[in-house]
Amino acid sequence: MNINATFLGQMIAMAFFLWFCSKYVWPPFVAILEERRKKIADGLEAAARAEKDLELAQARSTEQLKEAKAEAAGIIDLANKRAAQIVDEAKEQAREEGQRIIAGANAEIEQEVNRAKEALRAQVSAIAIAGAERILEGSIDQAANEEMLNKLASEL
Amino acid sequence: MAESAAELTVQEYITHHLSFLTFGRIDDHWGFAHTPEEAAEMGFWAINVDTMGWSLFLGAGFLWFFRRVAVKASIDNPSGIQNFVEAVVEFVDNRVTEAFNYKNELIGPLCLLLLFWILLMNTMDLVPVDLLTTFGFEPLLHTVFHLENAPFKVVPTTDPNITMGMSFTVFLMIIYYSIKNKGLGGFLGELAFHPFGKWMMPFNLIIEIPTLFAKPISLGLRLFGNLYAGELLFLLIASMLGLWQLPAHFVWAAFHLLVVPLQAFVFMMLTIVYLNAAHEVPHH
Repeated sequence: MNINATFLGQMIAMAFFLWFCSKYVWPPFVAILEERRKKIADGLEAAARAEKDLELAQARSTEQLKEAKAEAAGIIDLANKRAAQIVDEAKEQAREEGQRIIAGANAEIEQEVNRAKEALRAQVSAIAIAGAERILEGSIDQAANEEMLNKLASEL
Repeated sequence: MAESAAELTVQEYITHHLSFLTFGRIDDHWGFAHTPEEAAEMGFWAINVDTMGWSLFLGAGFLWFFRRVAVKASIDNPSGIQNFVEAVVEFVDNRVTEAFNYKNELIGPLCLLLLFWILLMNTMDLVPVDLLTTFGFEPLLHTVFHLENAPFKVVPTTDPNITMGMSFTVFLMIIYYSIKNKGLGGFLGELAFHPFGKWMMPFNLIIEIPTLFAKPISLGLRLFGNLYAGELLFLLIASMLGLWQLPAHFVWAAFHLLVVPLQAFVFMMLTIVYLNAAHEVPHH
């Protein structure tokens, strides 16, 4: 158990190992640990940001949904009003149309009556003459009778 | 060796297992020492091939392994082994951040090196005492170098040369950073004018200089002492208990399992504390 050159050998070996360790072993691991720590911190930060974004998006979507609902309600309201209006208009039109048809029909009826009267008027003289001819069976002065009959017809 | 082991006395067995395979100059030629006495005669310029070799092998092995993991490392998809190394690095980094208040790029790697290297060297103590020696390297040495009854230690931290080599490297760093941060005057001033002011300088020096040297010596001897004691107890169990050594080994190994990482951790923590003190510039 003597102190000998092993002592120096161990010192030299330790100096060499220390150089190697500080140059090739320690730095890569410290760098990896640091880089990973940074990556995790970044990831957590990104996650927090995404969560906030999601919250914002949810709030925005809720608001949009509310707006859309309100808009839809408005549109439905408007449509209902419009429908009622259209129905009213249609009713009005129908009534007017009906009245017009009635008026037209009345006018036609009147016209037809007039026409019938006219036709009757035209034929009544001939019927009367024929009737008179039959009654009289004699010859009558056609001209004098016609004048008299025309006067009668115009009185009709 | 295996067959002669039975004829060894307990004392011979233990002495054999506590000796190192020392290479040095003996009787005007270079060679391995055959006895502890020969090893002692070699003086300073001899080397414990066994503990030095294991120390280099374990240190280089773990650094090579960590380096290989570092090269293949990925941020997004770490392999299991990368997770393990990262956990070790992060553990060391946290200890450094807690106890070391200054900026120094060398402290982290130093602590990683000390923790893992010492841990591995201590773990060699849990390998059954005769497995790598009596049944492994010693027959090999006998075949290759024709060494009769050569010892071979596999636990580098039971060699004071190894533990003191590490603690004095730390000591050199303490001196270097003290002078770098406090200036030579500040460093010497701390020894001379502390704790009792400049009129008590000789007394201060008597207190402070042993305190300074006590740091590396206690650092190295604590590690050595713990592992040496552990090894010695394993040897006593192996040599004296016969078949009863099996449960006894198990019990002591379970206790030793605590000592092995604890001593590595203590060495690392004290290194951090000492180097932190070397960076402290007193405010007057």
